[in-house]
Amino acid sequence: MTAAPARRPDRSTASWRLSDRLGLGLAWLLGLLFCAIAAAIVIYFLVEGIRYLRPNLLVTNPAAASSESQSGGFLDPLLGTLIVGAMAMAIAVPVGIGIAVWLSEFGRPTGLARVAESSIEMLAGEPSVVLALFGTILFTAPALGFLSQTTHGVVLGQSFFATAALLSLVGLPLVVASTREGLQAIPSHVREASYAVGKTKIATTRRVLLPAARPSVVTGTMLGLGRVISDTAIVLLLLGGTLTFSTANSTPVLGLLRGTGDTLTGYIYYNAPTGDGNQPSKAYAATFVLLLMVLALNLGVDFVLSRSRKAVTWR
Amino acid sequence: MDEDPFLERGNSISQDQRAELGLGALVFVVVALLLAMLVFVFHEAWPSFAHNGLGWFGGGGNVDNQIQAIFNSGEYKTAPVYTFHAWPLIWSTLLITIGAVAIAFVSALFIAVFMVEFAPPWLRRILEPVVRLLASVPSVIYGLAGVLVLVPFIGNHLIAQSEKASVTPTIQLSGSSLLAAVLILTVMIAPIMIAIFADGLRAVPRGWLEGSLALGINQWRTFWKVAVRTARPVLVAGTVLATARALGEAIMVSMVSGGVGFAPNPVDGLIFFFEPSQPLAATIIRNTEGLSSPPMKHTLYAIAAVLLFSSAMLSVIGWATKQPMRRYGMVP
Amino acid sequence: MRKPPPVRRLTGNEGYAPRVEVAPPPSEVSARTAGQNGNGHRPSSAFAAPSSRTTRGTSIAIERMQVEELSVTYGSKPAVKSVSLPIRQGEVLALIGPSGCGKTTLLRSLNRLTELTRGASASGRITLDGVDIASMEPTALRRRVTMVFQQPNPFPMSVFDNVAYVLREQASRRPRRAAVRGAVHEALARAGLLDEVADNLGHPALRLSGGQQQRLCIARALAAYPEVLLLDEPCSALDPQSTRLIEELITKLREDVAVVIVTHNLQQAYRIADYVAFMYLGELVEYGSAQKMFGAPRQSRTREYVSGAFG
Repeated sequence: MTAAPARRPDRSTASWRLSDRLGLGLAWLLGLLFCAIAAAIVIYFLVEGIRYLRPNLLVTNPAAASSESQSGGFLDPLLGTLIVGAMAMAIAVPVGIGIAVWLSEFGRPTGLARVAESSIEMLAGEPSVVLALFGTILFTAPALGFLSQTTHGVVLGQSFFATAALLSLVGLPLVVASTREGLQAIPSHVREASYAVGKTKIATTRRVLLPAARPSVVTGTMLGLGRVISDTAIVLLLLGGTLTFSTANSTPVLGLLRGTGDTLTGYIYYNAPTGDGNQPSKAYAATFVLLLMVLALNLGVDFVLSRSRKAVTWR
Repeated sequence: MDEDPFLERGNSISQDQRAELGLGALVFVVVALLLAMLVFVFHEAWPSFAHNGLGWFGGGGNVDNQIQAIFNSGEYKTAPVYTFHAWPLIWSTLLITIGAVAIAFVSALFIAVFMVEFAPPWLRRILEPVVRLLASVPSVIYGLAGVLVLVPFIGNHLIAQSEKASVTPTIQLSGSSLLAAVLILTVMIAPIMIAIFADGLRAVPRGWLEGSLALGINQWRTFWKVAVRTARPVLVAGTVLATARALGEAIMVSMVSGGVGFAPNPVDGLIFFFEPSQPLAATIIRNTEGLSSPPMKHTLYAIAAVLLFSSAMLSVIGWATKQPMRRYGMVP
Repeated sequence: MRKPPPVRRLTGNEGYAPRVEVAPPPSEVSARTAGQNGNGHRPSSAFAAPSSRTTRGTSIAIERMQVEELSVTYGSKPAVKSVSLPIRQGEVLALIGPSGCGKTTLLRSLNRLTELTRGASASGRITLDGVDIASMEPTALRRRVTMVFQQPNPFPMSVFDNVAYVLREQASRRPRRAAVRGAVHEALARAGLLDEVADNLGHPALRLSGGQQQRLCIARALAAYPEVLLLDEPCSALDPQSTRLIEELITKLREDVAVVIVTHNLQQAYRIADYVAFMYLGELVEYGSAQKMFGAPRQSRTREYVSGAFG
């Protein structure tokens, strides 16, 4: 066996044109710069969050006060985030699946289908402030007064119901897009096999297609939930911004949902230096908790995707 | 005669028909709601536009004072005042949005190329989840970091005392500025763009890249000319998405941009970057207490209508740019 | 743009390349039917020749590349074991063998594409015109030794841009369209595609039929005037009509370029090859002229493979 002569490695760039070398250099430079900035952001919030997060913050309620020790924790805002998240997705998921199924499996008249697709896409790009403003007209209408409180004949229009309703619009496009993708990825021979044994389209969808598209549905739900709990504008305008739950009446659940409150995002906004509360330490702590929730959702999406890739192949 | 055991319960045709009608009705209701939202917003916005005409978009007068006057007129039940010239706000919006998208686009493209093709595998494994995490961070958190870190840094270290003194009569230079807004917005939208671009680049068939390498073209050129070119529809889609997000970002920007309806003036030289500003979306957030005053409400809806229209236009532009690319097989 | 180098037709008077006289083959190999070689019967020694060979044979063949004791391993698995063979301009070399025998790996070593796979290592030597290819720039090597793949992979551009791609990217300044037009036309003509696309060179390449796409890939490979053309089962994804066109094309091309083709289709190898190398489990079992390999192979394993006892 002859000895291998000195090999020029395939990655040497000596013979490349100058513009190519500059391009590669820029890619490396920006890539490493990005790593540095990302590390800085992550470490910053990690450090500050750990510094200011105390367990008792999670179980005490906020109080309007100007000192750190007296302004309490963020129990109600934390619960508020969970409540609006759950309510918004409880609306967005069934509606989103229904729309996705209709678009993917039925889709006639085509005019309606195209308008529906365009409006969902438009909704995806719409600023949440605009949605929030729309919510203020909608929920101050007397007809919808039952969803919030009415004082002196003026409908307040701010409640958990109102917030959740508009937040569901924020999560809806993600559920629709993801479910549609999942349904369209199923090859047609699966559908044909089901029709061939006499099953109706709707039964096929319920029994065969949706279960197969479940990873996509779950992914879309988690992504939508992520967007929902990250939103601040709708919360600011439609939830009332009271530091603790302010129930509408004494009915156990409905009273709470018709009343006002706050979420973590609103709480952070309030406690930032630009907000009324101005307690940055509390803001850091709440940030840490919110970031953990977002991270958990991201990991959940990764987990679902990796499992689904191993599970099903359409041979 | 026995029932045929193979028939579904109920006539199978009508089952499908009912499902189709039901789901179709659902879709119709949702679409109707969204269209109603369009109509409502423009309807509420109309008085402000009607009163100001095209001057709504123009300049003239101190926009902060105008807002105050509008609010007062509704609050104190005097004759409604609608005078509103939003040019400083529009100008701020354009500067901040275009600035952030431009910087983010270039950075995101190179970073995505780096991440997909040239980064060592261990670095790639770290970068990919980090990018996704950063893309899902709530904007208020970026705003918090901006206010607590970026603004003081700019205020104390980048703006000289002399510069502050030179403009004191007109405005305050405090670090809450155009620069802060552009930077923080860039940081917010870049990970989103990187994630979308990387997905598009990864979807390029490897056969094309191998074919180009086998023809003797070097790795950078191969990736740039084949993969990036193939992924152009994805680049467009990602940019449109990011621009829409940047345009509509109200909370974060309102925290760092200065809250003064001032039109930053490039002629001012370096100070231009440090001037405070207030884009359209942030204006809405800053004035939400004024919703009870009807003229204020109409003005805010007018701003919302402009934002709504812009984001719809962006979607249309995104759709329109994809069409020519369909021809060459880059978009299915 | 630099004018492309003229087609190098070697005359055999260069100092380094051994001249090999190749006798023109007899007119037809006797067409005996494939013997009763199923189920353990003794395989017949004649290869079933359904059609006559399309090659005529050239009178000189100039050695362009020499593979010396090449071994390639992926991780710990050896893919190619100590193979030596010559590659000559003026003849078509077919690499045949069952799947997994290493013929594709050998082909990809000729233009150093194996280096792109992580964990691949090689020993031995391959020379191009006397120069060790390991000491060349890979990009320079690959412009002289180009490859056409099994799946047609034209870029998502127009026909013109596909063929002009190499010319544009190799030049130090992007040449104007007029400058490359001549080269593009010539490459398309050599690939036999010019007539079909001449009226619309802006046609998207992905809208061509499979056979046209593959010929486009061949044109693209020819555009830079390579010296060796490597073909990795180019017709396996195509219909018989396109296959025939490409085989005729290969036969015409071998005057100008050394052609190495990997094929699992024995009939195809019979039709177009001048020399055949049979590989099995990474080793070169036998190498010889096509008549010998198909008519009277020396090794029993070659005989078995060629008569279809295994594949």
